[in-house]
Amino acid sequence: MGLLARPPRTHWPLAFRESPIRTGWSESAILRSEPDQFGPDGSDRPFSESRILNCDIRNTVGNVPMEWYQDFPHIGYNLDGQKIFKPLRNKDQLDAFLDKMENPDYWRTVHDKTTGRDIKLTDEQVDLVERLQRGQFGDLKYNPYEPAVDFFTHETMIHPVTNRPADKRSFIPSLIEKEKVSKLVHAIKMGWIQPRKPRVDAPNYYDLWAQEDPNAILGRHKMHVPAPKRTLPGHEESYNPPPEYLLTEEERLAWEQLDPEDRKLPFVPQQHKALRVVPAYARFIHERFERCLDLYLCPRQRKMRVNVDPEDLIPKLPKPRDLQPFPTTQSLVYRGHLDLVRTISVSPSGQWLVSGSDDCTARFWEVSTGRCVKSVLLEGAVKSVSWNPNPALVLVAACVEKSVVLLNPGLGDRLLCSSTDQNLSAFQPPEEERLQPVKWEASEGARYEQGQRLCVHHDKAVKQVTWHARGDYFAVVLPDNGNSQVLIHQLSKRRTQNPFRKNKGQVQRVLFHPTRPFFFVATQRYVRVYNLLKQELTKKLLCNCKWVSSIAVHPAGDNLICGSYDSKLAWFDMDLSTKPYRVLRHHKKALRGVAFHRHYPLFASGSDDGSVIVCHGMVYNDLLQNPLIVPVKVLRGHEITRDLGVLDVLFHPTQPWVFSSGADATIRLYT
Amino acid sequence: MGGLEKKKYESGSATNYITRNKARKKLQLSLPDFRRLCILKGVYPHEPKHKKKVNKGSTAPRTFYLLKDIKFLLHEPIVGKFREYKVFVRRLRKAFGKHEWTAVDRLRDNKPTYKLDHIVKERYPTFVDALRDMDDALSMCVLFSTFPRTGKCHVQTIQLCRRLAVEFVNYVIASRSLRKVFLSIKGIYYQANILGQTITWISPYTYSHDHPTDVDYRVMATFTEFYTTLLGFVNFRLYQTLNLQYPPKLDSRSEGESKVEDEEKYALESESYMEKLSALGASLSRTIPSQPEDDVEADEFPADPETAEQEEEHRKQQQEEEKHKSLFQGLKFFLNREVPREALAFIIRSFGGEVSWDASVCIGSTYNSSDSSITHHILDRPSISPQMINRYYVQPQWVFDSVNAHMRLPVEDYFPGVLLPPHLSPFIQEKAGDYIPPEKLRLLALQRGERIDKEEEDEEDGSDEEEDAEEEDDHEDSDGEEEEEDKKLREMEDKMSAGKKLNVKITAGKVREVNQARVAEQEKNEEKKLAIMMMKKKEKYLYNKIMFGKKRKAREANKLAMKRKVHDEANKPEKKKKKTKK
Repeated sequence: MGLLARPPRTHWPLAFRESPIRTGWSESAILRSEPDQFGPDGSDRPFSESRILNCDIRNTVGNVPMEWYQDFPHIGYNLDGQKIFKPLRNKDQLDAFLDKMENPDYWRTVHDKTTGRDIKLTDEQVDLVERLQRGQFGDLKYNPYEPAVDFFTHETMIHPVTNRPADKRSFIPSLIEKEKVSKLVHAIKMGWIQPRKPRVDAPNYYDLWAQEDPNAILGRHKMHVPAPKRTLPGHEESYNPPPEYLLTEEERLAWEQLDPEDRKLPFVPQQHKALRVVPAYARFIHERFERCLDLYLCPRQRKMRVNVDPEDLIPKLPKPRDLQPFPTTQSLVYRGHLDLVRTISVSPSGQWLVSGSDDCTARFWEVSTGRCVKSVLLEGAVKSVSWNPNPALVLVAACVEKSVVLLNPGLGDRLLCSSTDQNLSAFQPPEEERLQPVKWEASEGARYEQGQRLCVHHDKAVKQVTWHARGDYFAVVLPDNGNSQVLIHQLSKRRTQNPFRKNKGQVQRVLFHPTRPFFFVATQRYVRVYNLLKQELTKKLLCNCKWVSSIAVHPAGDNLICGSYDSKLAWFDMDLSTKPYRVLRHHKKALRGVAFHRHYPLFASGSDDGSVIVCHGMVYNDLLQNPLIVPVKVLRGHEITRDLGVLDVLFHPTQPWVFSSGADATIRLYT
Repeated sequence: MGGLEKKKYESGSATNYITRNKARKKLQLSLPDFRRLCILKGVYPHEPKHKKKVNKGSTAPRTFYLLKDIKFLLHEPIVGKFREYKVFVRRLRKAFGKHEWTAVDRLRDNKPTYKLDHIVKERYPTFVDALRDMDDALSMCVLFSTFPRTGKCHVQTIQLCRRLAVEFVNYVIASRSLRKVFLSIKGIYYQANILGQTITWISPYTYSHDHPTDVDYRVMATFTEFYTTLLGFVNFRLYQTLNLQYPPKLDSRSEGESKVEDEEKYALESESYMEKLSALGASLSRTIPSQPEDDVEADEFPADPETAEQEEEHRKQQQEEEKHKSLFQGLKFFLNREVPREALAFIIRSFGGEVSWDASVCIGSTYNSSDSSITHHILDRPSISPQMINRYYVQPQWVFDSVNAHMRLPVEDYFPGVLLPPHLSPFIQEKAGDYIPPEKLRLLALQRGERIDKEEEDEEDGSDEEEDAEEEDDHEDSDGEEEEEDKKLREMEDKMSAGKKLNVKITAGKVREVNQARVAEQEKNEEKKLAIMMMKKKEKYLYNKIMFGKKRKAREANKLAMKRKVHDEANKPEKKKKKTKK
């Protein structure tokens, strides 16, 4: 209905309107030749009568989408305003298909949307459609090739069309023009008007740098960074490279799979047998264009490339050879434990070694031979053992579950052993029993035979036991015990005190100062130093680590090392600061144990990576001189089992030897 | 404490930078015009140190220019020209719309144009500065000169580019400043040393271009606009330094020689001169006629004992250079039809050789292939049937390799139909630890004068390479870990074999040899490792980074060496077969 929908164009010449030359024949206009049962009178009206009559008047809804009537039973209104109803049954696809197959007139049937009916075209109508499709005129009778009528002749006549004589002005020269010309002539004479110079497009070159002044650099150029030159091609870009530069099949596949930006080479090296077979490079223009983009779009920056010799970065340290003695080789392996050996301790004389293991035994070894002298079966895994530092006593404290067992191994001087036993048995309980957080109990029977002498029962599991340097006091750590995580026991009086009122974080380790009445308590992040006499906190050391695993104090007492599970070892100079003087990260995994040598300037650390690193740690008497720390040896030997390597390290009290116990159920001695 | 509160982003780095859009608005230019201005003036964006501060707290990705740069652009006369051009386009369009053809003509005649001379001077205050930046200019001009005369850009630009490139090449020939050439898969690289500046450019192989669609030719054209100006002025100056005429004129002698009757066959009257120039066959005329033996002798200074050595070295170097410049002096080349004529003519001429080609190839051929004085005939086909006895038939790679080797290489390897030796890049200076291909090693030996007879060389070929490879291997595992392992294995084997024999047999004890050097080495290594432990975190990071780079380099070198070894081993049987056939 294209034509009908257009606005009326009344200014068309009437003849045109009446002529049958119409290009936009609408469907309904063709259909109109058929007698119309919906129309008011059913007659076909002449085309030219009126604009309104051009419209299809069987349905008065106008040129609206018929979908609007989808949900209604009718599809419009006739001229009388009555509804036109849809045919009762719509054809579905199957009907349409059957119709297509069976109806011989299907090809000439047209669906009229406005009325919802199928109309069969007559022969004339089909003829008309075909003619229009061919681009011919719709009207059969119209002749487009009628002879032309010449209204004017093309021949030149001898007589003029009009007989008017020529004007006078066509004979005499114009004054105005003369004036103009003379003006122009004058202007040309005076040189005011010049002929237009021919344009010179060719550039003119001259010596631009004739007066070059090297100092005439603009201010802007101070900041100017000249564009870097392109990198020059290597052998791989040659048309005939050495064969090693060609990509193998796998390399080529990998190259193809990489993102173009990530590729190390932007092209695939290729080998050509002769120069004549080298093809054009497809990305040549691209590369030049990218260079252009780089030049004007890339921010330029001066990058300071560090040009250092890596050897210069390595600190100059004294040679380990000059710092001897220190343990260098593994000399003994103490085998016998069945499970990981958590803890070791050596007798003050350095002759005996005690070890506690998860296989519920504490074993006593002779240091020099590696022989297991004695094995004591206890009630649970031994978490910590500690040999009494008092040379007059032969006594070992061991943590077993909730109790601390004091053992007399009966090794060494028999007199000393018996005197120890006497010492213990001579204890007289005071008359008025004091209320104590723990229960002291003397062992009897089979246990006594085994060597157990005393048992201190706690409420919670005991993690660590450590002796005071004199050998009368020992401190224990009970991590789950609320406020009283740390207890200090006195052996001679069998008395127990809880030194702290408040819980200040989970206690990891405790340690007595070797000479002065100080007490070190390591929590997760901090090491607190308490003065036991004044009963106050003297220092709080910040470890700079996540979780402290072990601490050890220098025999002089002013320096402390602290190992942590995040594989750091912090050295504190307590006179200097509460922060580490040095943090060493030489282990790969968590540190489990650290130890100082009693005489030699040595300290060692054992870690989960199975190595023990021995360092030279010299502390000078001169307070102005900082300690010298030099790693001197990495000792290996422990196998890593269950992700655990070395669990404890310990120095021999007199020799420069180091013991280490590991998760592989061995203890090793390095000399 | 009183005083006004300071507002954020009103001082410091926030005021030193300006975003692109703001800059554009400040200059009142459209984006394409702004881009052109930046290209012509050489203004590039800056990356501020604290981007968020400069961006006034936002982290949106923006391009920043220095405010000083933009203020500098404000005073540029070209900006006015850009605006004028905009007006011109508007007027022209209007005139077209009104069918006012006289107005169109008038407007066209007065089309605003601009010159870039002052920008060249401003960007390159001294001539040496300009020379330093010639790489891109030359490559671009050479590329544009190979474009077809239709489509992508103005014909004038292409012609100008061609002219400038030819002029430059002629200068290089006249000054004999070409140093290195390289046939890559991308094109031919040339490196010239002009007034102490190294200039490298690449020219594509002469095929028609497959013009990509994702390239903005406007940007390239703007660059070319600037580069042509620069190159023109540089050419002028360069010609002046050699007392050559500019625009270049062919030497009257050589012009007379190359006079051919039927010149019109090659080119139009207007173009023939340019064609002759670009044929690179003839020398240029000088403003002051000079004698060929006009070398400036360096003044002899009284010998200073301190600098004597240096001077000696310097003199040696100069002699070497002179020798290199006259590499092809006295040789007569003939180029067969299938070889890239322009490149070869350029190279041969710039090293003093004479060159000609078939008259059907190009204008300006001076002698034909039957000339008996030809020494080298360059061809790129498997064979040629009537071979003359008094000349060498070689493939074009010989010329390139000879130039890079600073000597005339033995021609045997480059005979027609022969499998060519690899073509190596002359731009690579191998440092210690880098992989050096065996061909390069052989070349270095040749340069040192260790001349190996061809046959002998053939025999020794394989073993030679192997030795090289072994040497490299030795260098690579300086740790000697492998050897140590070998030793252990050997010991183990010994033990095993001992166990298999009789159990009770007692063998004479051997003195265990302790390699003192090795022990010392180990000790040193251990010491080093311990010292590395004590490094500070920052230094350790740096150290690890450096070592990582070194290791990667070594790994790559190893890989290349391995590949070569595998390749040689695979190809060995073939070689032997060939030898037996001979």
